[in-house]
Amino acid sequence: MTRFDIKGMPYLLVSPYFLLFAIFGVFPLIYTFWLSLHDAELAGQRTFTGFGNYVELIADTEFWNAVFNTIGMFVLATVPQMILALLLANALNKRLRGRLLLRLGVLLPMITSVVAVAVIFSQLYSRDYGLFNWILGLVGIEPIAWQNEKWSSWIAIATMVDWRWTGYNSIILLAAMQTIPKDLYEAAAIDGASARRQFWQITLPMLRPTIVFVVFISTIGGLTLFTEPVMFEGEQMMTGGTTGQYQTVAMFIVEAAFRGGFEIGYASAAAWLLFVLILIGTMINYWFTRRIGGAR
Amino acid sequence: MTNHKRFVVAGVALTALAVTAACGGSSTPAASQSSAAAAEPVTINVHTFGGGENFGYDEAVKKWNAEHPNIQIKYQNLTDRFEDVYLPQLLQRLQAGAGAGDVVGIDEGAMGLMAARPQFFTDLGEYGLQSRKADFPAAKWESGVNADGKLFALGTDIGGMTMCYRKDLFKKAGLPTEREEVGKLWPDWNAYLEAGKKFSAADTGAKWMDGPNTIYNVILSQEAPKNGNVSYFDKSNKLVIESNPAVKTAFDWVQKFSQEGLTAKLQAFSPPWNKAIKGGDFATMGCPSWMLGVISGAAGEANKGNWDVAAVPGGSGNWGGSWLAVPKQTKHPKEAAEVLNYLTGKEGHVAAFKEAGAFPSSIPAQQDPEVSGLKNEYFNDVPTGEIFSASVKDLLPVFLGEKHAQVKTSVEKVLEGMDQGAIKYDEAWSKFVAAGVKAAG
Repeated sequence: MTRFDIKGMPYLLVSPYFLLFAIFGVFPLIYTFWLSLHDAELAGQRTFTGFGNYVELIADTEFWNAVFNTIGMFVLATVPQMILALLLANALNKRLRGRLLLRLGVLLPMITSVVAVAVIFSQLYSRDYGLFNWILGLVGIEPIAWQNEKWSSWIAIATMVDWRWTGYNSIILLAAMQTIPKDLYEAAAIDGASARRQFWQITLPMLRPTIVFVVFISTIGGLTLFTEPVMFEGEQMMTGGTTGQYQTVAMFIVEAAFRGGFEIGYASAAAWLLFVLILIGTMINYWFTRRIGGAR
Repeated sequence: MTNHKRFVVAGVALTALAVTAACGGSSTPAASQSSAAAAEPVTINVHTFGGGENFGYDEAVKKWNAEHPNIQIKYQNLTDRFEDVYLPQLLQRLQAGAGAGDVVGIDEGAMGLMAARPQFFTDLGEYGLQSRKADFPAAKWESGVNADGKLFALGTDIGGMTMCYRKDLFKKAGLPTEREEVGKLWPDWNAYLEAGKKFSAADTGAKWMDGPNTIYNVILSQEAPKNGNVSYFDKSNKLVIESNPAVKTAFDWVQKFSQEGLTAKLQAFSPPWNKAIKGGDFATMGCPSWMLGVISGAAGEANKGNWDVAAVPGGSGNWGGSWLAVPKQTKHPKEAAEVLNYLTGKEGHVAAFKEAGAFPSSIPAQQDPEVSGLKNEYFNDVPTGEIFSASVKDLLPVFLGEKHAQVKTSVEKVLEGMDQGAIKYDEAWSKFVAAGVKAAG
């Protein structure tokens, strides 16, 4: 073995990842920031404006509407999803007949493409021939134009997100549950702790690192929500409904850059603000989830 | 999942990089090679957009390819949506300097935008196409001249204006079904409104019109020539959305139709809209010539004869129509210009009219007996040539600003919102104006 084999080879072997990351991660990040400092149009003029785009964005009510929608749908989707995933994982951790089949079953929505899920759900939620409106019609409720109001469109989109991600999260939680030593439960049972008590006092605290991870992933996914609302809109104008009822920040960025104004500098600034938003969101969630189980 | 995808994309991109790098290294021999192999056929990519039969170039391209073994056209209709798919994609490709077709279609709404970006287009004058000036009405020709005063695009079709209607639904509602009588039913928009009320009262289960935006565009196109030939922008590119009576008139009519419950609350060019054309969920629709191709494409063979064409309330107007241009990035500007010349020439125009109903904008094609005498079999042999010739005869040019397409999409969203109930009727106008102001930036 030469000196290079020992000293250089490891770097060479790990370099593809870093190379790709530099090209597709770091470079776009920096380039976007540089663009965000310009008044730039797609295939058009480009002049330096400093932080002008950011100032304009902070005063843009449509941007804040998109932020509000994104956070609203994130909460509406994630809270029930986490609770459901936890309950599901707990149930799957029990001795059940056909356990493997059930565990695989909850993962099934994961392997369908997001677009397919969104298309099917959009049809279920369609005003004229949708299944949900038909069911509501049976109990005498007038057909709802789901895209029309904030509340109804948020519910529709949140169900799409949950349908796809609840199973995935519950499998991760389940994996973590199985690493919890059985003797803890046995000891608790001998001390006379009920199943519920065991769940709250043993399972949940032991799951904390995993829950932190799952919440992080959901936060990033939730705040960059894009495909579901776009497909729900049915066309690709990115306005998220006629008055922006369900326009997310990601849609706002695409709209600014590639639809309405072709203002690529403005969109870049919005992308950076989204980055900051995710950072803040993740930090808040970290702070919350650290408190789970009461310790520390 | 997403990470996996990212890896695949990265891999592909890396391979592409390697390939381009390899090409870059041997650029000089490659260049000499291409001139040596001039006998090799040149492929000219023609990219268009549009629903149904879109530009209708299948036959014209077939004919050209048979006659020109050295220049082969590859004709591709990229998408049925212009503003949200085709246009952003084209702009990105222009900016990137690669990927755009050798000949590209551009809709009227974006012509101002493209005229303001002369650096991306070939000067067609260099290839002798200035000689075509006499073939086109002044308005169509002028739109193809860009900010540098160079000719960059030639016209394909123009809209003209008629009203399409569902014969079977009219019959069910006890309204006249023959196109002459139907035309007499609605001399103006008020009569159209009254006929709509009558239709609704007959309770056929269908609505009178599709949604707000098709009729809105029809009325706007009729009103603009009466108000200085401008719609959203005046000729100095200043936004006049609030002060132009043409816009307000069109808005008011649509609001009235919507308030009377005559619309099916559909969004034009969406999948439910297509479904409704097929299923007969509404009875009338504003029909520029190219819309005939959209309808026959969406409604399908099963509905042949169900749709018919009558005179439009309120007189002539023009909605839509397109141009062809040659992006500067093309490797074969001369051949591309030749193809463009053919497709926008008499032969190309006539073939497109026969195939897609797109009414030719060039005068020689309009006067061709094949056009003026043509009937459309799908619509009960309606004499489309005669009808559209008459509807474009005294057509006046309407100026569209650089940001026309952006303003158009934004304000039409408000109309949809109003029609579907997300925006209150009494707040709609101020929201409409605000959306226009914002989009004009």
